[in-house]
Amino acid sequence: MADTKNILIVGVGGQGTILASRVLSGVIQKIGLDVKVSEIHGMAQRGGSVVTQVRYGDQVASPIIPQGEADLILAFEKLEALRWLPFLKENGSILINDQRIDPMPVVMGSANYPDDAFDTIRKQCKNVIVIDALHKAQGVGNVKTVNLILLGLLSNYLNIEKELWLEVIRETVPAKFLEVNLAAFQAGREN
Amino acid sequence: MKKLLTGNEAIARGAWEAGVVVCTAYPGTPSTEITENAAKYKEMYAEWSANEKVALEVGLGASIAGGRALVAMKHVGVNVAADPLFTFAYTGVNGGLVLVSADDPGMHSSQNEQDNRHFARAAKIPVLEPSDSQEAKDFTKLAFNLSENFDTPVMLRITTRVAHSQSLVELAERQDSELKKYEKNALKFVMIPAYARRRHVAVEARLDKLREYTEATPLNRIEWKDTKIGVITGGVTYQYVKEVLKDVSILKLGMSFPLPQKLITEFSRKVDKLYVIEELEPFIEDYVKSWGIEVHGKDIFPGIGELLPETIAEKMGVSSSEKKALFKAAESAALANVEPPIRPPVLCPGCPHRGLFYVLKKLKITVAGDIGCYTLGSLAPLSAIDTTICMGASIGTAIGMEKARGKDFARNLVAVIGDSTFIHSGITGLINAVYSKASTTTIILDNRTTGMTGHQDNPTTGLTLKGEPIKEVDMALLAKAVGVERVVIVDPFDLEKLETVLKEELAAEEPSVIIAKRKCALLEKDKVSTPHTVSAETCTGCMRCMRLGCPCIVKDGKKVRINPTQCVGCGLCADVCFSGAIQKEGTSNG
Repeated sequence: MADTKNILIVGVGGQGTILASRVLSGVIQKIGLDVKVSEIHGMAQRGGSVVTQVRYGDQVASPIIPQGEADLILAFEKLEALRWLPFLKENGSILINDQRIDPMPVVMGSANYPDDAFDTIRKQCKNVIVIDALHKAQGVGNVKTVNLILLGLLSNYLNIEKELWLEVIRETVPAKFLEVNLAAFQAGREN
Repeated sequence: MKKLLTGNEAIARGAWEAGVVVCTAYPGTPSTEITENAAKYKEMYAEWSANEKVALEVGLGASIAGGRALVAMKHVGVNVAADPLFTFAYTGVNGGLVLVSADDPGMHSSQNEQDNRHFARAAKIPVLEPSDSQEAKDFTKLAFNLSENFDTPVMLRITTRVAHSQSLVELAERQDSELKKYEKNALKFVMIPAYARRRHVAVEARLDKLREYTEATPLNRIEWKDTKIGVITGGVTYQYVKEVLKDVSILKLGMSFPLPQKLITEFSRKVDKLYVIEELEPFIEDYVKSWGIEVHGKDIFPGIGELLPETIAEKMGVSSSEKKALFKAAESAALANVEPPIRPPVLCPGCPHRGLFYVLKKLKITVAGDIGCYTLGSLAPLSAIDTTICMGASIGTAIGMEKARGKDFARNLVAVIGDSTFIHSGITGLINAVYSKASTTTIILDNRTTGMTGHQDNPTTGLTLKGEPIKEVDMALLAKAVGVERVVIVDPFDLEKLETVLKEELAAEEPSVIIAKRKCALLEKDKVSTPHTVSAETCTGCMRCMRLGCPCIVKDGKKVRINPTQCVGCGLCADVCFSGAIQKEGTSNG
């Protein structure tokens, strides 16, 4: 019996969280487990806060994760990591891309960006992993591979063979960008 | 092999497997992808209709002609399609017709959260409610059989979480799609009063038969566990109940209208305590109470917003595990000090609407708004929109404001409406402006696409849903044809000209149309663009550029800087900058 595992992928509309969740759900399908994925489309995509919920196990009922039940949160942005933290299990892990994207209230000066986000998160959570995915993506030669860097990092925390990940990436990413994306995935794994 | 599909993809697949020949829709979150996916099957005709009413009319025409038709829309779209729906419910079908109503509890992308089960009851047509993608596909196919067997349109009601959640689906082949015979049958399809009176009798007889069907169908089934608690539920809420209430007996209703009174009564007798757990309205609960059955529902569960699994757990008293309690305490203590700032959606970098709203705000103009991406012009710092009600409402609203407050008020008042929304239901408003002798200034925001729902083509873009080229509606000519003499086309990024034109048209004591034409920035994403930069020496820190509400411009101490990874180089900020501090990257400030 495999208990249901809950993963939240959070970020800002336009950051490309969708591709990450597509690869993740593809990998889970390959290991033959039941899987449900939930996303919100529409208005929120215009630079708003976005979340994809991925759940898998022998049998999954609800497509969404209740608060305090996520095993893992993969955050593409710091403030979003903080926002979704209440969804994390007490002993869950949160993987955070060290990137700051100011929301409009901060841009306008009517709210402050929580500069101490990491401190706050660390106070509540033992397993905090921070990665500068943008820097690493520059390292492999394409800033648009932040996705795959973060997926590479995520893959270290899931008990799934590396070969399966590579297989799904090959199936999902256009041939033109395959090599750089595979390099990005590897760079993320080596964090 | 099973495939991971969203509910919307599964419905399109179900329609294909059911031998559907015509699919129609007007785009609207969360329903849009149903028809986008239907269009990928070459055996089915699929179209973006001008609006939901036309979509249903095309669908019912296909049905009367003997073909199976799928018609999809968001919940508020059914308001637009209600007129044909209520009478098509009288005539019944020839080929099966299924109307998908995609409701949006929580209003992720909608202006209200109406519960369309009420519509089905009012129109006297059956409702099926799938709880995941497999059921979305299966129920779609079954709905077509029901439609033909009971001679009725069928509503397939989904919610955002069913539409946009992916789960595994077993696929099947397409069944024979032979058309039913078409025979002229005025008694059935011509709803003059004399014939309609007979059809109403048929509708009531049909409803009686459906009441028998709903008692016996496996769509409504009991999952027995401990009988201390019995829960009646349906749709995605069924999945939540399964998730958080492990030991209760469940009566799952796949068909929520008409309801199985006997089955529900029998279930209620066998459990000690009965609950109805349903999202939004107490639709099932009201019926159960009307049968004299003691039941808990909206006395415990909220009728506002999404009904989430954690709410069900909390209200049913099963979420008090010590671990979680500890965690929640820690969480609220820590977050009490740092409530994360909200991240509202914004107009994209390079959005053509930004220039227009900047000018409207600057001139302090009252703006009757409409539904689309440009509704985001209502948010700070642009804060340029006074009203947003429904699709096409802007022009009528502006006319009414003028009629109440007079011509002077109208000299400072505009209606703004997108290209697709104008086609959907703005044209009649514009005709009304002319006919009512109003001096309404209508601004059509023509960004060459239906933006908010994810870039669908429409009658003004020159392409069909299937990607075939087609003659575009000439909106300027159309405005002239209905009697608007003053029609101007401007580039919304030409701020100076825009301001001049606006002042002229506002001053004119007759209706005028300004077409603000520029392609949606997201359609230009692949264009190579040079970002702008701010010279820290030249910038005076006046913050004028901040009024544009561009997400790329951020405060940097007392001055500003531009985020180069997001900036698409539209140059609007450079245009509004007094001191010339903003330039394209690589150009000297000399």
